[in-house]
Amino acid sequence: MKSLYPILVIITGLLLIYAMSAALMPEFHLGPLTFHGAPTEQTMGSVQRIFYYHVPSAWTAFLLFFINLGASVYYLIKRCQVADILALVTAEVGVVFCTIVLVTGPIWARPVWGIWWTWDMRLTSTLVLWLIYVSYLFLRKFSASGQTPVLAASLAILGALCVPFVYFSIWFFRTQHPQPVMGGGGSIDPRMLHVLLINWLAFSCFAFLVCWSRFRLEKLQREVDEAHAMRSLMDDPAHSRSAR
Amino acid sequence: MSSPSRTASPEQQSPRSEHAASATTNAPSGITRATLLKDLRLEWRSKDAINSMLFFSLLVVVVFSFSFDPSAEESRQIAGGLVWVAFLFAAVVALNQTWARELRNQVLDAYRVSPAPANSLFLAKVIGNFIFVAVLEALMTPLFIIFYRLRAIGPAWQLLVVAAFGTWALVVNGTFFAAMSIRTRSREIMLPLLLFPISIPAILAMVQATAAILTGEYSARFWIVLLGTYDLVFTTGCLLLFETVLNAE
Repeated sequence: MKSLYPILVIITGLLLIYAMSAALMPEFHLGPLTFHGAPTEQTMGSVQRIFYYHVPSAWTAFLLFFINLGASVYYLIKRCQVADILALVTAEVGVVFCTIVLVTGPIWARPVWGIWWTWDMRLTSTLVLWLIYVSYLFLRKFSASGQTPVLAASLAILGALCVPFVYFSIWFFRTQHPQPVMGGGGSIDPRMLHVLLINWLAFSCFAFLVCWSRFRLEKLQREVDEAHAMRSLMDDPAHSRSAR
Repeated sequence: MSSPSRTASPEQQSPRSEHAASATTNAPSGITRATLLKDLRLEWRSKDAINSMLFFSLLVVVVFSFSFDPSAEESRQIAGGLVWVAFLFAAVVALNQTWARELRNQVLDAYRVSPAPANSLFLAKVIGNFIFVAVLEALMTPLFIIFYRLRAIGPAWQLLVVAAFGTWALVVNGTFFAAMSIRTRSREIMLPLLLFPISIPAILAMVQATAAILTGEYSARFWIVLLGTYDLVFTTGCLLLFETVLNAE
């Protein structure tokens, strides 16, 4: 498996370059080849191109959080360390992607809507999702190391239970006080859809690579910690004093 | 046969509590009742938590009155939010000391070793906290009504339902997260950090329902149903997960 890593890095790199070029330029050339990217949007102009980062980041974040839920449930049933590390890794990378969504959103909103933020349904529910997973990461960081996997898994399950309520309550909240329809809606140009999906593929590959690296790092870190603990248990005090 | 009070510290033993513990069977409801009565009795005797909580609640109401001092009409719109934010802070301070007594006297270790189901302990704690926070709310509400000249235009009896469901939502999650935070660093800040994000749908529902009833502009029925569903789902979730969390070591 480890030999696949460099190959995946190269593939992801190429995908990302292609996806970024397609997102940013309506047409780009690579030597004799001409590639078609996303056309410029009618009303918003070039600013709309943030869409190709904003939406794939959101989808990637949701996918990662979903994997986190699966890993947490699996951990509580089987108590397998791999599941715990997977839960940690997907939560961390998911929070990063969710942060990207929450940052690119206002950057896009400001020139287009004139405001940085509004409490509409999608923004609010993404913010609450982000808050829940940041609190998950805080629990991971602050809890006593023996307990962390079980506590974190329980929190992930409760957080996942909360998500439908978040969507439902904010949906009703917003339809009760209707906001002016801001962007969105309508059908999407097939060329834009193509660029969107390419970007999502590139982001997913990138997320996979980052998760994999972080997974390996965490596994090694735990092995090192365990080795330290075993050594301090087995060595006599004189020996460990000289070793230090 | 060891009853919970016999494995606990001398502080919690008294002729009446021993009698109550031995009179009840080892059935879960008996354990819940015994633990709940023990907590209430201890609290009634020392009154340290309730006194500080009462004064804290009064301070919160006064500070809010200085910070948000609108005319009577505007106050009805925002009072729903104000009241529940004040209750939320009071509840968090109350919840922080939920497990403090157990921690001081190693009761949790004794409980883990005993055959008693963990759910009974959890349920007793939740009901105890519910009573505690309900008393606080009952005392803070007249103050809010006076300071903000509140009057319910919609059906006022629904406010009791909202208060009951909302308090239960805060307390069930709060007791669970307080149990999670026991052995974390920065224990006092972990509880609100964990509780607030997950409670957001419940808080939204409480605030909207209260505003709906006070202004009488729309029906609070959706929010009450949402709160009830939230309570059901999270009570079940917490009950199922509490044993795991208690034994997480």
